[in-house]
Order: sequence, then structure tokens, then C-alpha cells
Amino acid sequence: MLERSRPARSWPPEGATRVPYWVYQDEDVYDEEQKRIFLGPTWSYLCLEAEIAEPQSFVTTFLGGMPVVVARDAAGKIHAFENRCAHRGALICMQARGKAERFSCIYHNWTYDHAGNLLNVAFRKGIAGKGGMAPDAKPESQAPKQLRVHAFQGLVFGTLSKSAPAFEDYVGPEVLPRLKRVLIKPLKVLGSYTQVLPNNWKLYMDNVKDTYHASLLHVFFTRFRINRLTQEGGVFVSKDGAHHCTYTKMVEDKGDAYEQGGMRSASSSSFSLENPELLHQVDELGDAVSIQILSLFPGFVLHQIRNSLAARQVVPKGIDRTELNWTLFGFADDDEAMTRRRLLQANLVGPAGYISMEDGAATGFVQRGVAASPDRASVIEMGGDKVGSGDSRITETAVRGLWKAWRSHMGL
Amino acid sequence: MKEVEQLHARYAHALDEDRLEDWPNFFTENGVYRIATAENEARGLPLPVVYCEGRKMLRDRVQSLRHANIYEPQRYRHIVSSVLIEAAGKDHVRSTSSFLVVRIMENGETMLFASGRYVDRIVLAPEPQYEERIVICDSRRFDTLLAIPL
Repeated sequence: MLERSRPARSWPPEGATRVPYWVYQDEDVYDEEQKRIFLGPTWSYLCLEAEIAEPQSFVTTFLGGMPVVVARDAAGKIHAFENRCAHRGALICMQARGKAERFSCIYHNWTYDHAGNLLNVAFRKGIAGKGGMAPDAKPESQAPKQLRVHAFQGLVFGTLSKSAPAFEDYVGPEVLPRLKRVLIKPLKVLGSYTQVLPNNWKLYMDNVKDTYHASLLHVFFTRFRINRLTQEGGVFVSKDGAHHCTYTKMVEDKGDAYEQGGMRSASSSSFSLENPELLHQVDELGDAVSIQILSLFPGFVLHQIRNSLAARQVVPKGIDRTELNWTLFGFADDDEAMTRRRLLQANLVGPAGYISMEDGAATGFVQRGVAASPDRASVIEMGGDKVGSGDSRITETAVRGLWKAWRSHMGL
Repeated sequence: MKEVEQLHARYAHALDEDRLEDWPNFFTENGVYRIATAENEARGLPLPVVYCEGRKMLRDRVQSLRHANIYEPQRYRHIVSSVLIEAAGKDHVRSTSSFLVVRIMENGETMLFASGRYVDRIVLAPEPQYEERIVICDSRRFDTLLAIPL
């Protein structure tokens, strides 16, 4: 009989500049990161406050692999709890969103309030003295877990951990101002969709944090001179490496570094948009930033691409499958022209986005490319081996930050 | 109406045969093309997955797919059926039809990529063209990426 054995996994001796490929492949790593990261002392994005604007409204979402209900009670307070009935473990709430006075599990009609407290066990005392539970039964002992919830400028985050720092401290002073920068007014949801990625969730996160790839993979950027590494910009990384933000200024690039370097993404003079209306930006945040991509560990991304604004929730669905939930939004006081601009600029993002469609393909190529090489590693040496903020985007500092944070949570 | 079904069929064959350059010509000069999801439509939310106003924007999408965007070689097979036609005026009709789009990758991997309905406003003269084609996908999910138009 063949004995199944796997060599013990260890981090390459180079440290921060290498990421071994087994991190994207091992089932036990996946299980462990669910426990230590998603259900551990981290804050995860759950939904927008605007999606549960009304009292008694709710949405269902995820905390890593855990199904979660986020609900606003009659008094307006936001709660989140595990979508699992205390009785037999069925989903308590099966709709994506709606309004409800209370939640009743369809299986045996056990009911819960908006905070996930068990209100009633059907026929708990039996009928006419027969059946039912013993007086000292404790069905509440298996109650769904309740999350700590924090609403920040219209975004709702949650954690199961009592020891996670306050949300603002978790994000830290490097990245928090960049989050506030976008979320300046009440938000209005424009719509949502899901992009299913054929890869490990961490490949998407390190793609987002990879400021070096943007103008090389996303040729649309470069051809139309929307984002080139020669434009003014920079990157902020939190002290622990977990969170990042990168931005590019609106100034038009007139240089030819890409043409001189013979890049695939270089432009030819014959290539231009016949109708460039979808690139027209109004500087609504007043700081001449054309693109800002911000990520919070473990699985949240906020983008401002011109006037397109969106929250992206990264939901792991197995070692090689990730669901990316995009919710595009504007501000509640947008006029018709701004809404039209945001809808035209929706062409830039999402699964069919001119400047985002490649991400799903590229990260899937890594998942497939490394199939037989769990013991080999990525080379992440752009910008040296440090993790920190800077004014060049030809760096992989934020990617190294992701792995610094991940390893610290995983004890690896 | 035969000519409406012919328009739907010519549209589908053009995309499935990779004649993307012909695609804008199925629309009037100011024709609108929008891919939406049934969920967003039901919620009254306007978010498009793809949104082009006029042939120039349609041609821009083709240009970008040909020269800027990177995606793995793939083909579609459109199956269009259950075509309903409702006269909307002397030279206009409205049409709703069902579609399935199968995606075939270069290695042969084949999947049901999208299903939904086309909700069209068609001008008949001088030749049938879409004044508006709204592609309402049944699902909110898209596998990997959506490059070739539906």
C-alpha cells in the first residue's frame, strides 16, 4: 500500500522576497487560514450600510467560509450573526436580502431576532403535556455565533474575535485616511455582480497589492495613458503589512518610457478611442487623484477608478476558487450627469472591465502554472526586500506586506 | 417576423465566428447595447456589466478586445430561441428572446457560460438593426471574465 505523506512545509530561507506555491495549494493551509485569519482577529467587510438602510432589513453574506446574516433591528442598530440554526444547523435565512420582523428557520421554525438571539423553539413545551423538551434543555448552547460589527463611513465590517483591535486601529494611520478620502458622503448602491475566479483567494489579493503589474498587464491603461508608472503616484502600506493603498494622479503622461522599453502595452499612434466619453473624470474628491486602489486584510478592496467607486469582497470557496463580489456605488446626492458618468465608467471594471478583466485570467494562470511545483516560489524583489510606503509603484512592497501579515497570523 | 429572427441569427453567427468587427453594424448609429443582470434589474438598480451608447463605443470595445485586453483564446456558441415579436410602430418592433451562450476554451473545456434574454428595440428600414439591445443575464455570476460580447 502506498503511504500518503507530504513533506513538512517551510518558508524559503530568502524570507520576505519569496512566496512558496504550496500556500495556494494545500488543503490544510486553507483550513487553518479560515480559523486563524477569517474567523480570527481580523475585520472582514460584510456589506454596505446602504444595503440595509431600512429598519428590519437584512442581507446574507460571508465571513470567510461562514455564512452570515447582517441585519438592522427596529431601533436601527446593525447586527451580524452566523447563518446557522442552533437546532440542526440549517441556514436561518435563505434569501439574499429583504425585510423581516424576525428570522424563522424553515426546517423546524425556530425563530431569532435581528441580533441572532434564539427567541422561540417550536413546541418547546410539547402539546397538552406530551412531547417537547425537558425543562432544563439548553438549545441556546448551540446558538449561532454573533459578530462584533463596526460601521465605518457606510461600510459594514465584522469580526468574531473579542481580541481584534478597534477597527480604526486595525487599519492604522497609513491607510485609514485613504479610506476616509473616498467615503465622504452617504452612499447609494448602483448594483452588484460576482466574478468567479479560478484561483486561490490570496492570488487575487496579491494581484490587487501588486502596483507593478497594473500598467503592464492592463494594456488598456497604458495604451490610453490612463495609468503609467511614469505618472505621479505612490503606495501606502500599514506597519504590519496587512493593508495597502496605491494612487495615481490625473496628470497626462507624455513620456515614452513604455515605447522605449518595447513593452507590449506601449501605444501606437493609430490607437485611440473613437468615443472617449467614458474616460471623462470629474475631480469630485478634489485632490486630482485618478485611480486609488485600497485593500484591507484579509479580503476587502475599495476602488476609485476615475468616478467609478466600488467595494470588492473576496470570498474564498476552496483552494482554487474565489468569488469576487463587486458592489458599485455612488453618492446619495449624485445628479443625473454623475450617475450617467459612473454607469459609463462601469465599463472599466468588473468581469468585462476594460482595465480589470485580465486579473481573473492572470491569477488563474498562476494557479495552473504552479500545479506541479509546490516547493518552488515566487520572486518578489521589485523595490528590494522591505515592506513600507513610498512614491514609486515599480515595487512589490505591498505584496511583501500581505505575506508578512499572513505569516504572522498563520505562525509560519 | 422572419426578418427579426434573421437579424438575431446573423448577430449570433457573427459573434460565434469571431467577426467582432461586424458586431457594431448590427446597431443603428446611436444604438444602445447593455449587459445587465436579472437581479439588478429586479432591484431597479442601473449597473451595467457592459454599456455602449452608439457605434463608436461599440467599435471601441472591439478595438480594445483586439488590441488591448488579454484573455485566453475562447469561442462562444449562441443558441437563440423563443423569439417574441411585438409591433411597436410602423417601422419599429420590440422583440424578446431567450439565449444560451456556451463557452469553448482552446483545450476543449466547454461550459454553459450565460443564459438570459435579449430585450430589443429594432428599426426595420432601411434594414433591420438594433436601436437598443439589452442583454439580461439570468445569473449574477460570471466565470473568470466576459470578453466577447453576449
